[in-house]
Amino acid sequence: MAAKDPYQVLGVARTAGEDEIRSAYRKLAKRHHPDLNPGDKAAEERFKEASAAHALLSDAEQRARYDRGEIDAAGQERQPEHASYRSYAEGGQGPRYRPGAAGAGASGAYAGFDPEDLGDIFADLFGRGQGPGQGPGRGGAGPRQGRDEHYRLELDFLDAVNGGTQRLTLPTGKTLEVRVPAGIEEGQILRLRGQGGAAGPDGKAGDALIEIGIRPHAIFRREGNDIQLEVPVTYSEAVLGGRITVPTPGGPVSVTVPRHSDSGTRLRLRGRGVPAHGGRPAGDAYVSLRIVRGEVDQRLEDFLREWSAEHPFNPRQGMVD
Amino acid sequence: MITIETLCHSIQGLRGEEVELWIGRAWLRAEGGPGHYRLREIDVARARLIHELRQGLALDEEAMPVVLSLLDQLYSARRQMRRLRAALDAADAGTRDRILAALRMAEAGAEGAGPG
Repeated sequence: MAAKDPYQVLGVARTAGEDEIRSAYRKLAKRHHPDLNPGDKAAEERFKEASAAHALLSDAEQRARYDRGEIDAAGQERQPEHASYRSYAEGGQGPRYRPGAAGAGASGAYAGFDPEDLGDIFADLFGRGQGPGQGPGRGGAGPRQGRDEHYRLELDFLDAVNGGTQRLTLPTGKTLEVRVPAGIEEGQILRLRGQGGAAGPDGKAGDALIEIGIRPHAIFRREGNDIQLEVPVTYSEAVLGGRITVPTPGGPVSVTVPRHSDSGTRLRLRGRGVPAHGGRPAGDAYVSLRIVRGEVDQRLEDFLREWSAEHPFNPRQGMVD
Repeated sequence: MITIETLCHSIQGLRGEEVELWIGRAWLRAEGGPGHYRLREIDVARARLIHELRQGLALDEEAMPVVLSLLDQLYSARRQMRRLRAALDAADAGTRDRILAALRMAEAGAEGAGPG
């Protein structure tokens, strides 16, 4: 994507001062912020351009390099693209911030009124879930849709990270094949169309709504799309370096421990975290090293006694008087 | 789920105390308690939004709750509209036509009618 001239985007002169640039950006951001203009693609584009232009011009060093022609306007486009708040707010996680939900919103002004109940209002309107012929007005005569059923599916950590097909046995004895997309998160809800309550005459069956739970893993921890894990190394592997094999969600990977590593040294395994999903690239795996002592014999003791005497070092300096 | 520390690492200029403050004010939700909060993906996206509103749009602390509350209402309404649309899509043609006709009547009735 060819980036436009950032001065042009913000509508300021090349000599514009910091304040002028910030004020021009704020003006554009207020008008075009995608969360203030949901669904407006053009506004979203304008906002992205303005943000990119502002990011470039508000950084004195970047701006100077741009002015000197060392980088082009796309220089700042390397900043990672983030999924917008809207993509979550209108998705399955959205009701987390519905007005009136515990802790959400600014005040308790909406307490007692839950707009998400709209579904129930319409359920009544169409006579869903009522006895035959008892629906109010015309609704009673119409086709009746089956009710949505709610279930919970507990996944092993790796099944949630890597995705795959799971079997869910319902209280009725029926089993459902659930296709779990890679990178699914705790609390997400999968909808299986037509797998819920049975339909009335001419109506459609309801949906099965499956809330996902994820069991913790003994080794891996997930942070966003990244995976964190701690790996023990021997004293000599840490000091001398070498290749070791470490587990990742996708399988074992060989990595090089750099010479003179230490407990807490972090190695980044690019793309070995949560696999790419939903348009987002794969995350990384971060390996933290932890030195383990291993076997100690008389020779090692003798060596250390002699060596330490020659190399005094107090790692607790400053911690205690 | 990520920690506040990781969040601050990925959003330039964001400080941990600020995020804890937002959680305290119920602008942002998080799992866990003070000192060991964990954020979901939607919380991360919302934190980025609040940060943009504060820094980029220079929204002050007084105005923020009003804006967030309006945004929450807007998204709630949009989720409802999506569900309504899905329900209409799932309905048979006769039902859909009756609803559309009723909508047109309601619209015609609303024209010219002002408040109170």
